Order: sequence, then structure tokens, then C-alpha cells
Amino acid sequence: MTLEVQIEKKLPDFTLDVSFRASSAPLGILGPSGAGKTMLLRCIAGLERPDRGRIALNDRLLFGSAEHIRIPTRQRHIGMLFQNYALFPHRTVAENIAFGLRGLPGGERADRVAALVERTHLGGLEQRYPRELSGGEQQRAALARALATEPEALLLDEPLSALDTHLRSQVEAQMQETFAAYQRPTLLVTHNIEEAYRLGEELLVLSRGRVAAFGAKQEIFRHPPSREVGQLTGCKNFSRASMSGAGMVEAVDWKCRLRVGQSVPEGLQYVGIRAHHIDFAESPGGSERGENVFPCWLVRTSETPFRITLYLRLHHPPNDPTEYDLQAEVFKEKWEGFREQPFPWHVRLSPDALFVMAK
Amino acid sequence: MDWSPLWISVATSATATLITLVAGLAAAAWRERRSGPAMALVDGFFLLPLVLPPTVVGFFLLLLFGRHGPLGKLLLKFGATVVFSWPATVIAAAVVAFPLMYLTARAALEQVEPHLLQAARTLGASEWRVFAEVALPLAWPGVLAGTILSFARALGEFGATLMLAGNIPGKTETIPIAIYFAVEANEIERAILWCGVDVAISLALLGGLYYWTHAQGSGRARKWAP
Repeated sequence: MTLEVQIEKKLPDFTLDVSFRASSAPLGILGPSGAGKTMLLRCIAGLERPDRGRIALNDRLLFGSAEHIRIPTRQRHIGMLFQNYALFPHRTVAENIAFGLRGLPGGERADRVAALVERTHLGGLEQRYPRELSGGEQQRAALARALATEPEALLLDEPLSALDTHLRSQVEAQMQETFAAYQRPTLLVTHNIEEAYRLGEELLVLSRGRVAAFGAKQEIFRHPPSREVGQLTGCKNFSRASMSGAGMVEAVDWKCRLRVGQSVPEGLQYVGIRAHHIDFAESPGGSERGENVFPCWLVRTSETPFRITLYLRLHHPPNDPTEYDLQAEVFKEKWEGFREQPFPWHVRLSPDALFVMAK
Repeated sequence: MDWSPLWISVATSATATLITLVAGLAAAAWRERRSGPAMALVDGFFLLPLVLPPTVVGFFLLLLFGRHGPLGKLLLKFGATVVFSWPATVIAAAVVAFPLMYLTARAALEQVEPHLLQAARTLGASEWRVFAEVALPLAWPGVLAGTILSFARALGEFGATLMLAGNIPGKTETIPIAIYFAVEANEIERAILWCGVDVAISLALLGGLYYWTHAQGSGRARKWAP
């Protein structure tokens, strides 16, 4: 089961130029709003026409500009979950799910609908109209409808964005269950970093219509290939950098030399570290300092319910509250343990947590 | 008392409305998928009967369907003449009512959420099924309002009907034409009677429209009404 996409389409602000290959594992497509994520799905579903390229699903060519082939949406056998679910308001849940099953004999159709209702936990709601359902129920009904035709690939456009926070984890767990049973190319568009990580096996990072990164999610999060991907995957700390001997880099903005665990690429441009990877070292006695340990001063803080973000200035006390070098994120319990200690504190930028980027 | 103008008017308006409903919906559905400068011309053509004086519309129809007109000649080959026959009252009424149906049907179809039509396509539905099972049911309240408007317009048609169908009692004499010729012949009582019949039909139509729009507030329809 493979979906191969290689398309170009001119959009008002940029050109969507994407190529990738998805197999049976769910592929998360991550990118900021307006990066072309939805347009990409619409091209695959045949709702938009790319200017050039090809789209192949298993051994069927769905779109080929060279071959002058463009299979209409209804013959593509691709299920799509729309961001607003697009349930037919004049049809009940059961009628919505059965919409794509017209070719089946009545008995078989009813069985299929019943099985999907069971699988998506919609029992008892079959005769309701979409507007009588909660957001989570609507999402499940739309998913059941898309799965009913047993499509060869499934496209989900921001499947969780319309749900309340407390519903998300529940719906997310049910979706993971569904993906595990489905085992066909599944593309999942989202602008939420954590959602992309949890639901996707592989990850494709899209930025202004281009593929900024594509591969195993762990690898992309651990070693973002560029500063842009680092930022899109939630990294807050970057410094310009240059090579400085074996395994060492000079961090220009942070004004320090760092040992890095990763091998340094040609044309090194940046070094970065994630906020929650920054560690605080016991203040060393005298001038004894460990590797990658630097004195720092607290500039300001920003709190979330369980964590706190510390804005830190390296080497010198800050002059004003906008001047900081690093953002560190720690659990509040830990923060309570060292907040009263005198400055300077000491941060440790672990060589294994640091990553280096050539662009 | 000759009641034939009532039956002729009702039969003419009902037939013309049916034709207008099908033609207006088809034109609206066709037009909705297209855009471009040429479409402005198409719109202008479709709306012409609304802005032209009915006598002008009637005269054009006369040129078209007359003995030497392109359609008239064609029909003559099959031994049929339209001018001054009952079908002429239907053609005149349908042409004049068409723009109202077209406009309301288009507005109603345009309001249907495009994602719903696209979702239907991803589920394997043909274009006909997308229209018949998704677009039309959702646009139905607007389409029905257009149908009632078209019926009312067809019922009131005078100028084009007189040009194309003339005034043949028992054949092409509709209520508005009966009123005109009653007044001309100074039969005031007959004119008043037919005016009363027209008022009664119009009130019944408006009542039906009111009932329909308010009945939507309850029952099954409400569950999915936009």
C-alpha cells in the first residue's frame, strides 16, 4: 500500500512543490497555517488540480500531467475527513455513513453501517441528525462515513482542531485505534506539534509549500535538519555557530564554546537546544566548571499550570527584560527547589541535547 | 357565467411553472459551475425577460414562433402552429417567469456549503447524485420560494400572452386578459369578479408561502434547517 505524490501548484503567495511517498503508517503533515497543507490534501483527493506532477495510489495513476490523466474525485477511492466534518445536515448519522455504500445490497449495507457505528462508539445515535450530536460524536460520524467505503487511502484535515481540549485525548485515542486497524496510507494534517507527533509515525514538515523535513518523527525532533524545522517543531533556542575544532562549535550569539554530540556538518550555521533540555547544574565551587556549563541570570518568567519558562541571560546580569539568550522550561516543583538560590545560576547545555544545523 | 379563464389561467400557470422549475434549476446548476466574462452575457440573456417590457418579450416570441420564424418553421414541418394556441399562453408565461426561478434557484444553490458537495464526491457520488441528493435537498426551501414566485408571475402574465396567444375565449383567454377585455367592453361587473378571483388566488399563494416558511420552525425539517 503506497501513495506517491509529486506535485506542483502555483498559489497566490507561493508555489506548492511537494514530493513524498507514504506507506501504511500514518503520516503527520505539520506546518503553520497557510503552509499549503489543506491544498495538498485537496490535490490528492482530486478537489484541486495541480499544475504539474503525478499522484499514484498503489498501482493506479490518479493524476499525471505528462500522461494527461486526471481521475475524478469519485473514482479515486480516497476517504477524506474535512476540518468541519461536512456531515450532510439533512441525513441521519446512519444515512450519512451509508451514503457511500449505494452499490451494496440493502442487507450488507445495514451490516456495514452497524459495524462502523459499533467501531466508532456511536451506538444509539444512528437516527440523530448531525446538529443533535456533540463535536466529538460528529467527528466520529464523519470518520465512520469516510471509512465506510473502505478507501485505499485516508486524508484527515485538522481532525481534532474543532474539538474541546477535554475531548481531544479521548478522540485521539479512538483515532489511533482506527489507524492501527486500517493499515493503509493515512495523511493527517495538523498545525499542532504534539498532535502530529502522537498520531503520526512519520512526519512531513511543510513550510510555504515546500517539504522542509520528511522522515521518522523521532529523528526530526531530535535532529531538525534546519533552523526552520527546529522552530516548526517547537524549538525556542538557536545561536549562530561556527566550527571550532573536533566535536566543538563556537556559539556566536551565546558567546561560548560548546561540545556537541552530533557530528558537525559542512557549512555549519546554527546550534540549537530545546527549552526542556536545558539543565541546571549545582553551582560549582571556585573556578571549577563542568563541560558546557555557563553562568546565567534570570531575566523574567512565564507560567503555565505545571511548568515555568525561564528567560535566561548568559555570562552577565541583564540590563533590561527583553534581553535574554535562552528559554528554559522546567516543572514547577523543580523550580521551587532552586528559585531562592543566589545568582549566577549555572545552566548545562548537554552535548547530546544540542543539535547542529547547516541552514 | 363562463369560468373558462380560471381553468385556462390555472392550467397555464401550473404547466409554465413546472417547465420553469426544471429549466430554471438546470440553468442555475449549470451556471453555478462556471465563471468567466462570457457568463455575464449568459446571465444577461437569462434575465432579459425580467427587465424587458412583456410586450417586447411577446413580440420577440412572435418573431421566433411565427410562420416565418426559425422555430415556427420547424414546428410547421410537424404540422404544428404555436401562435394563437393554448401552448402559446404556456410559452409566454414560462419565459416571463423563468428569470425569477433562475435567480432564486441560483441563490439557494450558492448557499449550499461546498464542502458538503466535495464530501459527497469523495464518497463516490456521481455529479447527478451530488445534485439530487445533497445540493437540491439543502437548497429546497429557496427553490420552493422561487416556484411560488414563478407561479404568481405566470398567473399575472398579460402582455407577452396577448402578443403570442391573442384573446381566444375558451382557448387562450386567461384571467388578466379577460379583465382587460371586460373593461374595454364596459362589463365592469365581470371585471370586478375576475379581479376578486385573482386576489383570492394570490392570497392563497401568500398564505401557502407563509405556512411553509413557518412550518419549518417545527417538526423534522427543523432538525437540519440551516
